[in-house]
Amino acid sequence: MAAESHVRKVTTSRLSERMRVADAGDQAFTLVLGDRIAAEVVDTVSALDRQVNALRQAGGLPGLIETVPSFCSLTVIYDPLQTSRQQLLAALEQLPPADPLAGRSASRLWRLPVCYEGDCGPDLAATAAVLGMSVETLIDQHRQAEYRVYTLGFLPGFPFMGDLPSALQLPRRTEPRLRVAPGSVAIAGALTAIYPSESPGGWHLLGQCAVPLFDPARPQPSLLQPGDRVCFTAVNAAEHRRLQQAAKARALDLAAFSEAEVAS
Amino acid sequence: MSETLSAIEIRSAGAYASIQDGGRRGLRRVGVPWSGVLDAAWMSIANALVGNPATAPVIEHFDGGLVLKALHGRVRVAVAGQADIDITGEQGVQRVVCWRSICLTSGESLRIRALRAGRLVLVAIGGLQATETLGSASTYARAGIGKPLTAGERLSARFTEAADFLLPEPPVGGGAPIRVVAGPQAGHFVDDALATLCGVPFSVTDQADRMGVRLQGPPLEHRSDAHKDIISDATVPGSMQVPGSGQPIVLLADAQTVGGYPKIATVISADLGRLANRRAGETLRFQLVDVDAAERAARSHAEQLAQLVASIRRLPGDGSVDLQALYNSGLISGPISGFESEE
Repeated sequence: MAAESHVRKVTTSRLSERMRVADAGDQAFTLVLGDRIAAEVVDTVSALDRQVNALRQAGGLPGLIETVPSFCSLTVIYDPLQTSRQQLLAALEQLPPADPLAGRSASRLWRLPVCYEGDCGPDLAATAAVLGMSVETLIDQHRQAEYRVYTLGFLPGFPFMGDLPSALQLPRRTEPRLRVAPGSVAIAGALTAIYPSESPGGWHLLGQCAVPLFDPARPQPSLLQPGDRVCFTAVNAAEHRRLQQAAKARALDLAAFSEAEVAS
Repeated sequence: MSETLSAIEIRSAGAYASIQDGGRRGLRRVGVPWSGVLDAAWMSIANALVGNPATAPVIEHFDGGLVLKALHGRVRVAVAGQADIDITGEQGVQRVVCWRSICLTSGESLRIRALRAGRLVLVAIGGLQATETLGSASTYARAGIGKPLTAGERLSARFTEAADFLLPEPPVGGGAPIRVVAGPQAGHFVDDALATLCGVPFSVTDQADRMGVRLQGPPLEHRSDAHKDIISDATVPGSMQVPGSGQPIVLLADAQTVGGYPKIATVISADLGRLANRRAGETLRFQLVDVDAAERAARSHAEQLAQLVASIRRLPGDGSVDLQALYNSGLISGPISGFESEE
């Protein structure tokens, strides 16, 4: 019995005991690290993502195509002509348990300008009414929180960010809009987001951000990366228009909106 | 080797046509899907016929009606698929077959008429010039990367003097079951949902495009209302997501990269092109396989493709040989199911 418990203790660092492996066909599998939307879970996902990509860059994972971090899991996509699920899992098995804090301190902090005035926030009044607060309180609470980019998707460069202060949480609109303007800053559930391009959408629109979130002409087309942190600063309509014009002329210095490598 | 730059005009884009290649990789984490052709094997063969690299950009075309005209200079083309094709020029109208290369001379037009089967053809053009964005020439209009082709648009291609080539035994879709691997969220469904998926035919609906194919069949029941949504996670081409209606949607090359519907299964990569090529109203059957078998199928699919490409042979003489007569005479065997697995 003693020997058996010793073995169990040694193997608690094994990948398969720290996470569940879900099958996703012959070119992907998903490593499941949690079952809720929470900063601690996404920290673990980010840390594993960093480890996997560091190992890949060191040549340790031939045949790995890319990884996709999301709220609670990391999906590993591979070429079945070059490797196999079994080979990749065996290589990942060698990774030590990741330190979630190491990943967190390396993330970028963005301060993105948002105009909450006039036509920029078509749902401000209705949302404030549903939440039982003034429009001013809604704006203050939205811009005073710091958010993490949990995952990107839905549209190229579309960030799912959390956590929204609990007082601001409400379900999606019952009638989704057919057309949401690009740059719209929106909330739904425990999340906030910015629409990078025009699209249908069911979230509540509080403001507009002029900084372009996605541009295929940039070497790194998405402004935000999984794990980045985001704060919003309120700007007035005149400043918003100035930023929009600068963005259109491709004259915005994107780096000016971020602070790199901020320790938490 | 002499090379000249030729111009091609899209006279009609038909139902839908776009430039696609092997697709872009590495950006799913920021929400950019792979895009690329829906059947990579067909792309490799069509490109081999015109002397292009295997993943060079081609025109992917749905449902017929595409017309290309060589404006000046010669243009070598090859069509992968099952379609009736005409070439119209000074000498009238000539019928040609798929799976061979042929030269359009200045002023000649190639028309993809009705498709005999499936809904997809790929048109490879020797030396086609296409702009790459983020590592690929594939169109993905949702991210502002290119646009579908429209009438009047011009393309250019480098023409190289060479022989014409033929694939003697073309692959066709075939009715073998589409293989799936269970998961990643098979547990969100009632116990017999996978048996239902693999036990009865599903039909293809008209809601099908480069993003996905919506199927219709007996509902695949979620375990409870709480199991009708998941915390969004990554999708892949082939993911079979099942919204509250219980009717599955198979995601394809242009589908969004994360999704909030549970995914009962994943169509294996070897069979996904065959599924994407099915017409509305056609039925298909699914067969459950494990990951090892799915990976073996990918390798066997690649080997079969390599054999097909190796079987491509040079056409005799000036290319004036009547291919239709050759096919009809049995000198060249008719289409076979080149992509069926032996498993």
